[in-house]
Amino acid sequence: MTATGAVLALLTAPDAAGGQGVAGSGISVTASELLTVARELAEGLGEQLEAVWVGGLGAGVLESLGAFGVSRVHHLAEAPATTTELASALEELFGAKGQSALLATTSFATRELAARLGVRLGAGVLVDASRIELIDGRLVAERTAFAATWWSRCAVLASPAVVTVKPHSAEPRPAEEALEPELVPLAPGLGDPRVRVVSRTERAATGRPELATASTVVVGGRGTEGKFTVLTELADELGAALGATRVATDEGWVGHELQVGQTGVTINPVLYIGAGVAGAVHHVGGMRAAQTVVAINSDPEAPLMELADYAVVGDLFDVVPRLTARLRELRARATEG
Amino acid sequence: MKIVVCAKHVPDIQAERGFTPEGRVDRGRGDGTVNEVDENALEAARRIAEANGAGAVEVVVLSMGPPAALDAVRRGLQMGADSGVHVSDDALAGSDAFATARVLAAAIRRIGDVDLVLTGMAALDSLTSLLPAALASELDVPALTIASELEVADGVVRVRRALDDVVQVIEADLPALVSVTDGINTPRFPNFAAIMAARTKPVVTWTLAELGVQAEEVGDAGARTRVLEVAELEPRATEVLDTDDDGGAGARLAEFLVARGLA
Repeated sequence: MTATGAVLALLTAPDAAGGQGVAGSGISVTASELLTVARELAEGLGEQLEAVWVGGLGAGVLESLGAFGVSRVHHLAEAPATTTELASALEELFGAKGQSALLATTSFATRELAARLGVRLGAGVLVDASRIELIDGRLVAERTAFAATWWSRCAVLASPAVVTVKPHSAEPRPAEEALEPELVPLAPGLGDPRVRVVSRTERAATGRPELATASTVVVGGRGTEGKFTVLTELADELGAALGATRVATDEGWVGHELQVGQTGVTINPVLYIGAGVAGAVHHVGGMRAAQTVVAINSDPEAPLMELADYAVVGDLFDVVPRLTARLRELRARATEG
Repeated sequence: MKIVVCAKHVPDIQAERGFTPEGRVDRGRGDGTVNEVDENALEAARRIAEANGAGAVEVVVLSMGPPAALDAVRRGLQMGADSGVHVSDDALAGSDAFATARVLAAAIRRIGDVDLVLTGMAALDSLTSLLPAALASELDVPALTIASELEVADGVVRVRRALDDVVQVIEADLPALVSVTDGINTPRFPNFAAIMAARTKPVVTWTLAELGVQAEEVGDAGARTRVLEVAELEPRATEVLDTDDDGGAGARLAEFLVARGLA
């Protein structure tokens, strides 16, 4: 192969389909969205699409990557304990191969990775892109600012480009022609001996999708007074992730990992349902990019009601159970029909 | 022990915010303030100082930005820092996170013998969260990011961090950098005595030349990304406003969601 560049898509083992993947595929919806964005970029640049896969390669993963047009998979079998290690592994890869861009789904970890590659490789870094295009051969990304009240387009001037892409930024679209990817082992990077992991506690599985990437999110705020049961029932009926406001997590009603907002998890689901959520600036900044916003609140003056596409003035303890019950009915009917 | 807290001066998130036509954060729109999460970093530094007894810990607040950023330094002094450093230079306008990291790293090296650098986990204007890891990389020290708990003892810093699927406790030898969340503590607001005391604390202002950083490396000249276009988004218009007086709003919402293919 000639020494042309390639676009890399970074995927980690949780990107394997865990019950919410594309039907018949070994990878998650989020992974296939990222691969679609990366392939379109590679096509525009006239380059190959390659993937970095971190962690175990489950059944069907390689084939699914091929279906999305991946020609080569750099496989890092052992998931690194720290971002530093992953950054050094990727640094080696960039040094050796002259890759032109790395794309990853936005998360705390990938933003940190982008920061490190920015310093170590002099990469041009953009985070939280919602759309990527090529203008005069330059990668240009759209993103929002100031709690999603502003929109901007930014060009990457330096090479390589390292861009984190928000979930739900593209409709997954497999390549016209599936490839059989070449599997290449990726050497683990050097860790930082000064850093030690003292303990790791995996969260108990809730069976619900992950908040950051879920396409539907049900959020409870102060108005729930800590009674989240009606919301978990709705979330489970919708196959949605559960989220909460800062008040709800500070009160200890639910865990801090469920906090949606500028200092918690930033989400941009297809559907956001907020019940008893006032809509403080911090919270809105973390969810305003949602495609459809539903607000249920007894206070018609709550700021979230103003920015909702669908606002219900009412007691959430009346409205939500009836919503769940009616959804169950309609869906049962659809299945029978 | 010496702690440097990086505090950013940002537009007040409760006020109207926007960009200039060049795509820079408009700092002339109204009141600026210290980035809220940086107040948590200041509070964290103060608690370490208090725990170690008088004189054992020196806290320096560091802010880079136009003259108005001196307000962030003052706020830091009111919240317990012993001295302040303000880095200001016309060439810094338009600096990205990487240029900012380079300049702050140069300032931290000039402050000298720094054991711990504390920052907020994100600046609430740009929200990229790139600065902490970039700064640690520039300084070649370990970065322990998004800490929700923090303790320092015997030359080791230990933090608790909640990630999407796992809660980690990690530790690193000093010197190190820690970025904190707003859940780590509740900042104490300065009282009158603290505000008065802050007035006599030493503050220095450094330029790029004093830090040995070239103007071409920072600002617009050194930026690796460029804003091409900015626009204010139209506020959403409410499509349906329903009232549950008849007890039927829940069912109507269900029908709406199913009709839209959202459920």
